[in-house]
Amino acid sequence: MAKKLLAAAVVLAAAACAGFYVVTMPQPIAAAALPAHEPDVANGERLFLAGSCASCHAAPKAEGEAKLVLSGGLELDTDFGLFRVPNISSDPDAGIGSWSDIDFVNAMKRGLSPSGAHLYPAFPYTSYAKMRLADLLDLKAYLDTLPASSNRVAGHDLSFPYSLRRGIGLWKRLYLSEDPVIAVDENDAELMRGRYLVEGPGHCAQCHTPRDAFGGLETDRWLSGAPNPEGKGRIPNITPSDDGIGSWSLSDLTYYFESGFTPDFDSVGGPMVPVQENLAKLPPEDRAAIAAYLKAVPPLGDASDGGNSGGGNGGADNTGG
Amino acid sequence: MLRSISLAIAGALTAASVAGFAAHAQDAASGTAGTDDPIKTRQTIMESFGASAKVGGGMIKGEIPYNPAVGQLVLATLDAGAHTFGHYFPEGSDTGDTEASPKIWQDMEGFHAKIGDLQEATAAAVKAKPQDLDAFKATFGKVAKNCKSCHEDYRVEKD
Repeated sequence: MAKKLLAAAVVLAAAACAGFYVVTMPQPIAAAALPAHEPDVANGERLFLAGSCASCHAAPKAEGEAKLVLSGGLELDTDFGLFRVPNISSDPDAGIGSWSDIDFVNAMKRGLSPSGAHLYPAFPYTSYAKMRLADLLDLKAYLDTLPASSNRVAGHDLSFPYSLRRGIGLWKRLYLSEDPVIAVDENDAELMRGRYLVEGPGHCAQCHTPRDAFGGLETDRWLSGAPNPEGKGRIPNITPSDDGIGSWSLSDLTYYFESGFTPDFDSVGGPMVPVQENLAKLPPEDRAAIAAYLKAVPPLGDASDGGNSGGGNGGADNTGG
Repeated sequence: MLRSISLAIAGALTAASVAGFAAHAQDAASGTAGTDDPIKTRQTIMESFGASAKVGGGMIKGEIPYNPAVGQLVLATLDAGAHTFGHYFPEGSDTGDTEASPKIWQDMEGFHAKIGDLQEATAAAVKAKPQDLDAFKATFGKVAKNCKSCHEDYRVEKD
């Protein structure tokens, strides 16, 4: 009897392990799935600006041309531990200069390293998963034109169980989807463009949408604001409600993206500053599209939870580099 | 047209006097740069910044007709605020009903360097006395970029 129980337990444990192994397996896109594509570097730059890649990947506090050296090193102090932003410059050893197109696409759309390891979703691939392959190839072509940096960035310091990468495979099954979040009129080209920019490369939801206990975005509270992951304060609600941007006109929104001033002439602040400065460099039709989409998402009030104050009060200062 | 100009002037004037008097009264009352309610005082000055920027920005956006006297009032108001604002961040005024970031007190030197940049820009703007909208745009822009450069590090949204 005891023997039988033990045998059953062993079988069950083995099945559980096998099951875990299977559901957490990386699921890369095959190189053959890439379209034949002549890269458009200018479009790549536009996506680079829309995604504000330099906000995280340039050296902390880089100014001017230095913002194009994606040497990494910014530290993100979160509830899961300390993430260090990697070097994604064109350096073949310290950066991603040796990556193939499919390596880049799998990092962006599937959160996988070239060797097939799961990347932590601090890198917001749950947004980039919604990007078109041709756009990703253009972005890769643009990144290839940027300077190389030999800066070596240390690994992340995460607490158990987040230190186990394999578990991210399971997390992806819950939270990684290429499908759009908000239904919009598919015949409205401006709304479709706005949705693409906001939900995809712009990855606005990564800060403006609250997360559940596992760090996944709560899509039913899309863009309704969230605690500041880096300390004191909140990331604002940007849905068209009274708590959000309900009173803003389309031109208020586009003026804000262009100038950094709200309708009351308060100025943009915090981590939104570099984002706004990049939005200001986009073509005006992209700013108009983003505004149109934000006015079309479901209006939601601020969450009443208010409690989660995040970790510490210092936030990520200009360390690293 | 006339009405909107006078409204703009009234708005800017009110803001300027509120900021000036608040700062003055507090200084006089305490005899030092300290004050009974530094949070309220600095918020009042910040409101005058907002009201002035709204008039300046409104003229740039074409919502308020441009007038050089109004433009100068905007710049002078910003200049007055820039030279008083920094006095109202004593130790202990980091908690309460405030959007001031704790970083201000961790890095008072960096914070005052930002205020120094703002003072330099507002003083130059007042001196420049722009006489047409294009000149005003350029002058105002040099002042306005200091708003976000400081808010980037030293202001947080309230919980």
